[in-house]
Amino acid sequence: MRKQFIALLALAAAAGTGACSGGAAGTSAQDLKGQTVEVVGPWTGDEQKNFEKVLAEFTSKTGAEVKYTPAGDELPTVLQTRISGGTPPNVALIAQPGLVAQFAKANALKPVNADVEKAVTDHNAAVWKKLGSVDGKLYGFTFKTANKSAFWYSEKAFKQVGATPPATWDDLVKTSKAISETGLAAVAVGGADGWTLTDWFENVYLRTAGPENYDKLAKHEIPWTDPSVRKALEELAKLWGEPTLVAGGALQTEFPKSVINVFGEPPTAAMVFEADFVASVISTNTKAKVGQDAKFFPFPSVAGSKDAVVAGGDMAVQFKDDKATTELMKFLASPESGQIWAGLGGFLSPNKDIPSSAYPDDVTKDLAKRVVDAGDNVRFDMSDLAPAAFGGTKGAGEWKDLQDFLADPKNVDGIMQRLEANAVKAYGK
Amino acid sequence: MRLRTNVDAAPGRSPRQAIPFLLPALVVLAALVLYPLVYSLIRSFFDARGDEFVGLSNYVDTFTDPRTLTAFRNNVIWVVVAPAAVTGLGLIFAVLTERIRWATAFRLVLFMPMAISLFASGIIFRLVYEEDPNQGIVNAAAVGVHDVFSPASQYPGARPREGYAATEAGFTAARPSRAGEVITLPLIGFSPQDVPAQALPASVPSAGDGELRGVVWLDVSVGGKAGSVDPTERGLPGVAVEAVREGKVVARTTTGDDGRFTFPDLARGEVVVRLPSSNFTLPFRGLTWLGPSLITPVIISSWIWIMTGFAITFIAAGLSAIPRDALEAARVDGATEWQVFRRVTIPLLSPVLLVVFVTLVINVLKIFELVFVIAPGSVQEEANVLALQMWQVSFGTGGDQGAGSALAVILFLLVAPAMLFNIRRFRRERS
Repeated sequence: MRKQFIALLALAAAAGTGACSGGAAGTSAQDLKGQTVEVVGPWTGDEQKNFEKVLAEFTSKTGAEVKYTPAGDELPTVLQTRISGGTPPNVALIAQPGLVAQFAKANALKPVNADVEKAVTDHNAAVWKKLGSVDGKLYGFTFKTANKSAFWYSEKAFKQVGATPPATWDDLVKTSKAISETGLAAVAVGGADGWTLTDWFENVYLRTAGPENYDKLAKHEIPWTDPSVRKALEELAKLWGEPTLVAGGALQTEFPKSVINVFGEPPTAAMVFEADFVASVISTNTKAKVGQDAKFFPFPSVAGSKDAVVAGGDMAVQFKDDKATTELMKFLASPESGQIWAGLGGFLSPNKDIPSSAYPDDVTKDLAKRVVDAGDNVRFDMSDLAPAAFGGTKGAGEWKDLQDFLADPKNVDGIMQRLEANAVKAYGK
Repeated sequence: MRLRTNVDAAPGRSPRQAIPFLLPALVVLAALVLYPLVYSLIRSFFDARGDEFVGLSNYVDTFTDPRTLTAFRNNVIWVVVAPAAVTGLGLIFAVLTERIRWATAFRLVLFMPMAISLFASGIIFRLVYEEDPNQGIVNAAAVGVHDVFSPASQYPGARPREGYAATEAGFTAARPSRAGEVITLPLIGFSPQDVPAQALPASVPSAGDGELRGVVWLDVSVGGKAGSVDPTERGLPGVAVEAVREGKVVARTTTGDDGRFTFPDLARGEVVVRLPSSNFTLPFRGLTWLGPSLITPVIISSWIWIMTGFAITFIAAGLSAIPRDALEAARVDGATEWQVFRRVTIPLLSPVLLVVFVTLVINVLKIFELVFVIAPGSVQEEANVLALQMWQVSFGTGGDQGAGSALAVILFLLVAPAMLFNIRRFRRERS
């Protein structure tokens, strides 16, 4: 035990001198001893274990005790309750930027300290800083991100028609038609879950309408009846509108099932579109090997658009501004913390100073690189930016409207009107 | 009433004496029932944030919101169908199991679903009604029965590459042909791995005098040219081909192992080649149980499965309390078993049946978990019920607890008459 402790101490000292030269000038090892920091985050299971390893590194560096409370999907409710009760945690990781803005406006959050702000500016593209700012003040930064612009495909199905990963949307439709000639549907769509459909739409919209319009639509500054929305829906209909291209029963297929439909036995489709976490669904539910039988290509360019990525992510924010809390924020903003989790797998970071060698395999490396390379063309998941009544409710709002669109892709006008009506109600303007 | 000096002799007569004893229960009741009730009522007159009085506007919104109206409609369907079905089934099973030997064991089995949480039952039925016949047992059974009577076609989903119009009878050539010509008929939409083993590499036959010849093959291969027979592509054996003249089939043949077919003696004049749809009918995959049209009946059926045991237990208890001599007397008087059941058993049981029915009505109005679990997100709107709508409005969608409270009050008002009825009944029985 004692030996271990000494070893840890030595490690901490080494790490401390090595990587933390950027911000923590005054923090030598162990000088926060006796202080406790509480972190609330969404991660449970394996992700919790991995995050706790990141926190353990902080403890060994500074001596501050860190207590992690997993809150799962109920995180907003948990935080809301604790803030009302006057006992907020020191730090929270929040997946909904809208919630961060809400807390910031209610003065529940503390703006980050100048050192943290500098770290955020140094290590990330400007778009991430903008995402964490409310009324010109920086409240947080994205610690863990999800790359929601990936098409995962079955190598076997592609080989059968000699197809290669398409680079443009038209190529994708062409490849899809070739695949459908072999009797296999081209794409599996997890339409029973509305959020997969909003991700489809967001990726096409970001490409056809551009990042500026994307920002406007996310704030509902342009209506959903805008011609740019029509264009995106029409592009989408090129794929969704062909019954031979989309695997049957899409509206009854939940997201994990749609992945199994492609990589399980027997497959019913050749591709599935979704985020990087498809990889973990593949490895837990099917025999296919990621990187070998299951590969991905980035969401293709539509009408000559530049590389762009729709991302999700968990933003670190602080409710208190004591020294230990600030040190932890500084640590989380540094490449060092992300590097630990990156090595453990299942983690992507927008932090461009995490070397790509930190990621465990080629697929993850590539997924992370695309987020970093897209630079300021990264946009946060629009439905997560929208009020929950519109962008986050089962069987209502955008989810339901896009499900209806998947059921009847010809009805572009009707869907646009319904989207606009629901948006007006939810945004209250 | 005059108080006696010795209070202990008549306990409960003095309110002053009673209050201290009732107080703990009253406090608990007030804190857990009365306060939430009153607070919900007050809350329902305020807006989403809870600080602006909006009068009845939450109620107006509720009654004009299409989602809530669907929920109302579904609740009506539930109340009309489900409690009556469960009470009826309960009665039938209770009467039938009374006569058999292993009655208790049988009832135990029927009662077992009650021991499973509604949530878990929901997950079970979500799988039972899954659309994919490889997973959903209902569709697996439907497909099994269907395939016994009409077996699947040989090339489900295959289709000609181009130049053929899909009609009811099959794929009909756009251009007519005549004897002496050679027809190449490339099919797509079928996996090369599923081609029968006896299939031979395809090749185009030479033209024959007075004969119409052709080849049907699977035009799918890596690097193959669309519409031409490539070396690795094989013919499709056993495809029925028809020659049609003026709407009538004049000749019929099937392809050989190399995919070739020949119409030997067609008279002069043009014919249209057609591939009958029986070649390509898609296999029957069962019904979309969890789709928008069937979802409410499906959820009701699972609720019936769960609650029937409850009804049986109560009705069986009522049955055993019926005086045997009444039944015997009827039988001695020459009544048939049906008459005994109809004229004696049911009237004597009616108080129990009524209590069971009303309890089920209350239960049905509050139904929540089953709908939440069984209905996939895409049809949750169609399957919606009031309790689920209340939860979604209050907590699911940005938290409008004002509108949610309004729904809660409406739900309470709907349940209240049934509750009152039950309470009065119990009271009458006791007196």
